[in-house]
Amino acid sequence: MKTAVIKYNSGNVQSVLYALERLGAEAILTDDPDEIRGADRVIFPGQGEASTAMNYLKARKLDQLIREIKQPFLGVCLGLQLLCEHSEENNTGCLGIFPVKVKRFIPENSQEFKVPHVGWNELENLADNPLLRDLPDSRFVYYVHSYYAELSEATIASTHYIHDFTAVLHRDNYWAIQAHPEKSSTVGEKLLENFLSI
Amino acid sequence: MLTKRIIPCLDIKDGRTVKGVNFVELRDAGDPVELAKVYSDEGADELVFLDITATVDKRKTLAELVTKVAKAITIPFTVGGGISTVEDVKFLLNAGADKISINSAAVNNPDIIDQMAREFGSQCIVVAIDTRDVDGLDFVHTHGGRKPTLLKTQAWAKEVADRGAGEILLTSMDHDGTKAGFANELTAEISAALSIPVIASGGAGTMAHFKDVFTFGQADAALAASIFHFKEIGIPELKGYLANEGISIRK
Repeated sequence: MKTAVIKYNSGNVQSVLYALERLGAEAILTDDPDEIRGADRVIFPGQGEASTAMNYLKARKLDQLIREIKQPFLGVCLGLQLLCEHSEENNTGCLGIFPVKVKRFIPENSQEFKVPHVGWNELENLADNPLLRDLPDSRFVYYVHSYYAELSEATIASTHYIHDFTAVLHRDNYWAIQAHPEKSSTVGEKLLENFLSI
Repeated sequence: MLTKRIIPCLDIKDGRTVKGVNFVELRDAGDPVELAKVYSDEGADELVFLDITATVDKRKTLAELVTKVAKAITIPFTVGGGISTVEDVKFLLNAGADKISINSAAVNNPDIIDQMAREFGSQCIVVAIDTRDVDGLDFVHTHGGRKPTLLKTQAWAKEVADRGAGEILLTSMDHDGTKAGFANELTAEISAALSIPVIASGGAGTMAHFKDVFTFGQADAALAASIFHFKEIGIPELKGYLANEGISIRK
């Protein structure tokens, strides 16, 4: 079973590979469409700015590939946001897998709520979903982001910061996590392990 | 609810963990990879590795150590010490660091903050500020707190935030190594003025000091070294205490 991790100029790619290595998964880092198509699973660990990332995907025709892919697909962090319809970050049209809008956190009180949302926060309102099965009782995951996906019908877990936002999305063969499972201790390991067994 | 972070800091010299009182007298406190693993398992929320001799000796932080740590632990970590160029940052992020911290390089060339934030995103750029009281005013210091600059700490913190820093690591050189508590007033002043998280550092001696810096000090995270390395305070014990005191903490 091979997992393709989409190669991207992003700091967390290496961390995702190490996390998969710890779980004993066979992973390849690639931006080659054929290799991605040939993998059993695909992870897109984005980080950074939305329009740059979309341009990167388009330049390699990976945008179309991601829309057509049939294997279990997991977007992480910016990877979640790019699977949505549109991001307020530089007014970027995204892949549209999820009919969801990505907005910037706007705190009413900037002393109480800082942006970016950095640190450990809790997964709540979990749906019955294979990705979320058998998580530890303590459901804290590590976040670093300034933009969030609105709650939607595809939301299968939420987190509260300023207001509730989408923590995890699912539709068909696509899953996406706003937090960084590769950096989220035992909860993150379980999420990745669950994805690897879907 | 977003939790307050507890961050052990591992000062590194020649691939080993060291921590000196006021950065002068160094003591060996173990193998950094093993120590990192222990802290991660015990519930530390993040780790910081500072190559404390790097700026003085102009050495680069060992990417090899970064990779070993990245493979071993499941929580985020920051690497600092002697980082001055975009290439340094790329090198360390590729080695597996989640964030990098810059200090003297930012003071010497503030534009580097904008460049790094643009290239890698604000989320991985931490600007470390070493501050010291000079005749009642707070001034930024470099070179492990030995070299004063003309920058007022509050103004500099605002500037680095405006330039795209993702977090500020604020170390009070007056408090560092004293175990008499964090610089709560200054931390609160800076935290309240900025929209980015502030990590307080320097002066942790008791569990109550952490409570104080999260309440009076309005810190988003607190960093300490020797009290953790020498097991004066255990992380599970500290987190239990803070939770009982009503501080939002990851269990």
